[in-house]
Amino acid sequence: MSNILDFTLVELVERIKKKDLSSKEVTKTYIERSKKSKKLNTYITEDFESALKKADNFDSKPDFDKKLPGIPIAVKDLFCTKNIRTTAGSKILENFVPTYESTVTNNIWNEGAILLGKLNCDEFAMGSSNETSFFGNVQSPVGEKLVPGGSSGGSASALAAKLTPSTIGTDTGGSIRQPASFTGIVGLKPTYGSCSRYGIVAFASSLDQAGPMTRDVKDCALLFSVISSYDSKDSTSINFKRDDYFKKLDKSIKGKKIGIPKEYRVDGMPKEIEDLWQKGINIAKDAGAEIVDVSLPNTNYALPTYYIVAPAEASSNLARYDGVKYGFRSEGKNLIDMYEKTRSEGFGNEVKRRIMIGTYVLSSGYYDAYYLKAQKVRRLIKNDFDEVYKKVDAILTPSTPSSAFKIGEKTNDPLSMYLNDIFTVPINLAGLPAISIPAGHDQKGYPLGLQIIGKAFDEQNILNIAYSLEQEIKFKNKMNDWWL
Amino acid sequence: MTIDLKTVKKISKLARISVDDEKAKKLESDLNSIFKFIEKLNQLDTSKTEPLTSVVDANLQLRKDEVKSQNIRDQILKNSPDENKDFFVVPKVVE
Repeated sequence: MSNILDFTLVELVERIKKKDLSSKEVTKTYIERSKKSKKLNTYITEDFESALKKADNFDSKPDFDKKLPGIPIAVKDLFCTKNIRTTAGSKILENFVPTYESTVTNNIWNEGAILLGKLNCDEFAMGSSNETSFFGNVQSPVGEKLVPGGSSGGSASALAAKLTPSTIGTDTGGSIRQPASFTGIVGLKPTYGSCSRYGIVAFASSLDQAGPMTRDVKDCALLFSVISSYDSKDSTSINFKRDDYFKKLDKSIKGKKIGIPKEYRVDGMPKEIEDLWQKGINIAKDAGAEIVDVSLPNTNYALPTYYIVAPAEASSNLARYDGVKYGFRSEGKNLIDMYEKTRSEGFGNEVKRRIMIGTYVLSSGYYDAYYLKAQKVRRLIKNDFDEVYKKVDAILTPSTPSSAFKIGEKTNDPLSMYLNDIFTVPINLAGLPAISIPAGHDQKGYPLGLQIIGKAFDEQNILNIAYSLEQEIKFKNKMNDWWL
Repeated sequence: MTIDLKTVKKISKLARISVDDEKAKKLESDLNSIFKFIEKLNQLDTSKTEPLTSVVDANLQLRKDEVKSQNIRDQILKNSPDENKDFFVVPKVVE
């Protein structure tokens, strides 16, 4: 049944519940396609054998009250999975097998989902093109030698290529939304504190959030309602009553006030991005939303702030990789030598670069000038959003300043790579939710995304707006299965 | 301000990452271009701004201090790079 691959997550759940399809049929179909798609390099670790066993188990004793009954799902290799190797795309964790499960993945297994495998990503989620992974770069199904974006590049690529019906990624500065935009899928970065960070390999703890990556907005609402939960094991998890985002999905956005921030009209922005943005504005207007011009005056300072805060937190988080407790070790002539060799050989160039930046901005004599300064500017950036949200319900922007680029195009210039995240980074700094939805193609036929930013914990609202826009945009991915 | 080779070496020492001269030169140029970009923040007057350390307004939740997992020594040692399964082993630190 080839059309199994064409069903959305929601359609698959319906069909399994109606017994039109078995978990085994669905799981087998996705495994077969995944096996034929090695050229994309999306999987770091496959778990196909036990996935089939779990599917069999589900079919013999099905529980149709679950939200994801017998649904196979591959996840980003940043989530610790009990007894399944978890690498974070790094040599230093090449052989790391967690003895515990992340809360987010635990939530999806509790609702009946089945692990297909662990998906490639930039090393420790540091990258915007999935080129920093120790396990090699990922190719985009959109085109040969094209990056899928990053850091959740394996997730985006696997989803767009139909190797998994949905997936989970993480987003520290755009790592869900930018690859979603590059590959023509939906990606949600939830409000900080909505999804537990327990068991997610840490990058920058005040910015990291897990989120769903799906084929459409309905799927996104369903998966988000499963992964968002209060968790006492994450001290920054927020305890509040979570709605059923899926059941409450509503495409009526009449009277909603949507802000258009003028600072996102950056110099040198390609015309096709401008046009895409205008198209989104027109659709929202036609659907009855009120468009309001707004200003986020400190937008320009978000990226430099991010490149202090994120590396500072990373340098501290990654201090645990010392070759003693777990992970790779390189022998040295004494303890310090062992540390230095282990970390030098175990980490890749981008990770080392960021650890160095972080160490520098936290070092004695520079802390105030850099780290403290960045924390103050971070406050100004958050204040900008607070001001704007007195006037509007949500903000609409492009997701990225360009479409996907070629593999190798930006690897020698870290700064030009960092500029990819110019529209996504401010949202992480302010801790807000934002969703990227596919909204069109550029001249080359590559997908482009629009981003809808919400107030804190107002995911329902941005899901509704995204759902409304999606009905009119009617996006179709133009893939030709070139890798098969 | 610029970051010279000596500073790169000092940071690498602090970060416990050994770098050879060739890598240090490349890092010197990368870090300088990144910090040039970061310097943009100095355009802003933040003398009256409080630093933002967390976007979460809520106070941290308190919990009872009680033991939840016991006898997990094997699990904790399982991923140790050394063969010894009773302790974490490091190179000799005392003569």
